[in-house]
Amino acid sequence: MPRIAIDWLADHVELPAGLTAEQLAADLVRVGLEEEAIHGAAVTGPLVVGRVLERAPEPQKNGKTINWCQVDVGTHNVDGVPAADGGTPRGIVCGAHNFDVGDLVVVALPGTVLPGPFPIASRKTYGHVSDGMICSQRELGLGEDHDGIIVLPRLGFAEADLTPGQDAIALLGLGDEVLEINVTPDRGYAFSYRGVAREYAHSTGAKFTDRGLPENLPTAPPAATPDGFAVEVDDAAPIHGVVGCDRFVTRVVRGIDPQAPTPAWMKRRLEASGMRAISLAVDVTNYVMLDLGQPLHAYDLDKVAAPVVVRRARAGERLTTLDDVDRALDAEDLLITDSPDGARASRVLGLAGVMGGASSEVSATTTDVLVEAAHFDPVTVARTARRHKLPSEAAKRFERGVDPRLPAVAAQRVVDLLVELGGGTADAAVSDLDATTAPAAVAVPAGLPSRLAGVEYSREQVVAILEQVGCTVEGDGDVLTVTPPTWRPDLTEPAAFVEEVVRIAGYDQVPSVLPAAPGGRGLTREQRTRRSVARALAEAGLVETLSYPFVGEADLDALGLAADDERRRALRLANPLADDRPLMRTHLLVTLLETARRNVARGLPDVAVFELGLVTRPVAGAPAAPQLPVGARPSDDELAALAAAVPPQPRHVAGVLTGRREHAGWWSTGRAADWADALELARLVAERAGADVVVRADAETMPWHPGRCAALALADGTVVGHAGELHPKVLERLGLPARSVAFEVDLSALVAAASGEPVAATSVSAFPAAKEDFAFVVDADVPAEAVRAAVVAGAGDLLEDVTLFDVFTGEQLGAGRKSLAYSVRLRAADRTLSADDVRAVRDGVVAAAADRVGAVLRG
Amino acid sequence: MSAPAQPSGPTPDGGAPSPLDVAALDAAVDAALAAVAAADDLEALKAVRTQHTGDRSPLALANRAIGTLPGPDKAAAGKNLGPRRGRVAQAIAQRQAELEAERDERVLRDEAVDVTLPTGRRPAGARHPVELVQERIADFFVGIGWEIADGPEVEAEWYNFDALNFGPDHPARQMQDTFYVDGVTGPGTEAGTEAAGAGRPNLVLRTHTSPVQARSLLTRGAPLYVAVPGKVFRTDALDATHTPVFHQVEGIAVDKGLTMAHLVGTLDAFARAIFGPEARTRLRPSFFPFTEPSAEMDLWFPQKKGGPGWIEWGGCGMVHPNVLRAAGVDPEVYTGFAFGMGIERSLMLRHSIADMHDIVEGDVRFSTQFGTEI
Repeated sequence: MPRIAIDWLADHVELPAGLTAEQLAADLVRVGLEEEAIHGAAVTGPLVVGRVLERAPEPQKNGKTINWCQVDVGTHNVDGVPAADGGTPRGIVCGAHNFDVGDLVVVALPGTVLPGPFPIASRKTYGHVSDGMICSQRELGLGEDHDGIIVLPRLGFAEADLTPGQDAIALLGLGDEVLEINVTPDRGYAFSYRGVAREYAHSTGAKFTDRGLPENLPTAPPAATPDGFAVEVDDAAPIHGVVGCDRFVTRVVRGIDPQAPTPAWMKRRLEASGMRAISLAVDVTNYVMLDLGQPLHAYDLDKVAAPVVVRRARAGERLTTLDDVDRALDAEDLLITDSPDGARASRVLGLAGVMGGASSEVSATTTDVLVEAAHFDPVTVARTARRHKLPSEAAKRFERGVDPRLPAVAAQRVVDLLVELGGGTADAAVSDLDATTAPAAVAVPAGLPSRLAGVEYSREQVVAILEQVGCTVEGDGDVLTVTPPTWRPDLTEPAAFVEEVVRIAGYDQVPSVLPAAPGGRGLTREQRTRRSVARALAEAGLVETLSYPFVGEADLDALGLAADDERRRALRLANPLADDRPLMRTHLLVTLLETARRNVARGLPDVAVFELGLVTRPVAGAPAAPQLPVGARPSDDELAALAAAVPPQPRHVAGVLTGRREHAGWWSTGRAADWADALELARLVAERAGADVVVRADAETMPWHPGRCAALALADGTVVGHAGELHPKVLERLGLPARSVAFEVDLSALVAAASGEPVAATSVSAFPAAKEDFAFVVDADVPAEAVRAAVVAGAGDLLEDVTLFDVFTGEQLGAGRKSLAYSVRLRAADRTLSADDVRAVRDGVVAAAADRVGAVLRG
Repeated sequence: MSAPAQPSGPTPDGGAPSPLDVAALDAAVDAALAAVAAADDLEALKAVRTQHTGDRSPLALANRAIGTLPGPDKAAAGKNLGPRRGRVAQAIAQRQAELEAERDERVLRDEAVDVTLPTGRRPAGARHPVELVQERIADFFVGIGWEIADGPEVEAEWYNFDALNFGPDHPARQMQDTFYVDGVTGPGTEAGTEAAGAGRPNLVLRTHTSPVQARSLLTRGAPLYVAVPGKVFRTDALDATHTPVFHQVEGIAVDKGLTMAHLVGTLDAFARAIFGPEARTRLRPSFFPFTEPSAEMDLWFPQKKGGPGWIEWGGCGMVHPNVLRAAGVDPEVYTGFAFGMGIERSLMLRHSIADMHDIVEGDVRFSTQFGTEI
């Protein structure tokens, strides 16, 4: 994101003296340019100008030769007296050799902190105490140059302006804080000093000069000439019908001194704005881009053969870009090509608006430069930048939208700078291929800003603000005809103009009014059930956890799921976080067991956890979702197609218990969690959901123990969950303690099965109850539930409650037999029960038990 | 413990006093009262009762002797004995009550336990704070008359992006770090269309809960006031402040005459409900595809590290006309506002949670701190 150096910003807008980066950030955030960071001073401490008074080369054992130097640093000298007044210079060891006695250099004295941070102190080295350091450009963060130390006059500083001991931080601009701002995608123009200065003016009312307008240039850009460098746009495959390039300006500057350095001020500004200085021609194009927002390219004129043709790539074409990467091009990529040996458009020079190619790059011998200032389609540039993972400075600007009126102005600025700084001469010939269209006017009701913001803006205020941001406003009725400025391609909806009015007037003008909603129906039954279930489980001693829904085949294998298990039919992500977990979970236990394992691994012996969440149960062969446009309601058929494409995602609830269900303590040794705890919790979930479930043994479903797993089913037989002890092999594979138990229930199915109707209450009988006990002997494989059902059926209407109070097996019953003892409570609604009533119930229960499950009363 | 009865008056061995011998009777009463007073446990008192009121006691014998007296003496004897026997019986009853109270007190004292022993026999459960915060938020919105909506986490791209005015080439669509769905794997798919290369299913893991807003607007139309808490996904790596799976709450209100002032009012009330009466919000111009005007929302946070200040809380704005159009709502008639903020961020602020790892790792020690209400 763009970095704003305050002294550069001042080229465009009047700034108060002593403006800090912090204050600038506060001013800009009011109009929507958010602070990303404030970058502190690059160098702190005593960094000063020094003059080399002595330089004694001393060869070392390691083959290097160091220089033992005496450097005059003015009042920073050893005795505080400048050498000119007889003071004693500082002794400094220096490994570089590109300087001599009398040179003015930059000295970091002890206490200086260089970028890194790299603090400087006096230190003993090579047999001397080095009392500071003579700095290279790289050490100061001024560039990559580390071939030698800085000799200030060679950087363009006049010797007359320099005095030993002078502060070099200010001299080199290393002490300024730089504000980095965040620019939203709609505000491409703010990727420039020009745009940020405009916003600063909006925020503060400071005087702004638009240096992007031709009339504010020292030299007005010339019109195109017939002999300009030939350029053609030949876009055979526009995206969304938009031709990839609608403007292309070229200028030629000849006779540039290839040795001409980039001046220090420009280097400093580039570095402060986050760009490295490279060479004069490249630095000038970057400088103008940062200044105005127009990406530019400088070609070595000798390496480009007219005509330049802008076209889409062809199959198999490749390009080595400036970053030395050889890239296969896509047919959608827009290219800059040229025509060597008369072969039109045969050579690829660069990816339009993204990055140039290595072949036509300006080099250390380039004297004649072809300057390109063009305007490219944002979508084309964005797709190419994304495809090639090249978020270049040019692409960042083009994909957000660049002012199509800038190319001629920016090219002129580049020409002026190359002439001034490189000693070149501008060709009179200019080409300007211009197919841009003026922005369309938008009808904006004058009252719309007030209607949307809830603030009364006068018509005059609305017009004034829109004009301030660069719009042309016409019409004197209720509806304004507003033409946005060329740098604001985002202003197309009336609401967008409203935002301009509200933000320039100030978001802080909007009052705070709580709207009166018409009144809702409260939480839905499903939402209330979800809360009730979660609270019930927490009150029952389980801890709610959350886990990521990403799983892999290995996780499903660990649970022992068969190849045809429904829970293996899963959605696969195209770009998973981890390649071994590309699937969306189809049930919760697969990830909840991992949560339990993590807790056990952290030394917690008794773990009871639960999770409530959506699982994804895709349907094989489901259709793809239709791709539909923005801003239009889909047809009912299209909505149905969308619905069919989105996989079912029921809400499940699962729990895992390991270790003790009741704690050990002074009262007892506690109680281990067992299958019945898991089943009790699953039943609790069903009860809270208001659904009736029946339980039966399930020996088939992993990851449960085949002899200790219950399936929970709805009345219609639909299985909605499982509970019980986990399979020993699964526990072994997962590293969980033996005998751990778990449940998982489809809460959505339970909620759907519950009637949700209000309970029709029956009145409570106040007549006395009668109690009867039965001890039945049945075959060991008869389920207790079947015996209970027989008791219920046999007892009839007088039954109020039935409880199984004892289960017994023993020799006296015989092998393969068990005894189940039930206590029943009987009561009539309308009378006290007689002995005959009770006897009749008793006979009925015994008969039903004998009949249904072969039970005999225990003698 | 129990002292032997020490009668001080005439003993049964000494014979019964005459019912007319007031002095002898008084002596018997005094002896009885002294014995009652001396009885220091219930056993001793039982012996005293037998000795001084039993059949063989002097007073009982004297009473029995009344019958042998001549007629005129009977009345006098009765008057002599009645009140005296009453005094003894009352003294015994009173002493009985005292001794029983003492005994009861002693039994309770002897049954005392060490109440500082630990009592945690049942494990303590807890809710996850991310869920609790969402419930608190839902309660706030239900309280101001809104409803809470849910929706799928695996979502059609159209709902996640296009319905919200993110076109396929919208720069913001690239900023969302989206998880894309590749297809279906597993039983029944080998011969299915996926394996045959039917192309992308155009599904994503929702990057925000806004698609539920679009769904609500489509199915319910305007006026609409709904809040949508829920889980969302972005391809961020887990670190101290980011997680690829996190939660948001978003709200949308569409009605006639809604303005940014209503947006601000709703946010202020919401901030106060979650962060206390001092909380307030501030809007800054920003950009989102689905709102215009758009704003970033800052929260005044008195507990901010390094002193009170504004911190980023979420995004908001007036619903973009294209979002209304995508739901078949006429932007000429209805206006609306929408907002969204991160649950984890709110939670971290509200509860001084320093590291996202604690929220996502499922360590029970983290959730347990919060209990079942926050």
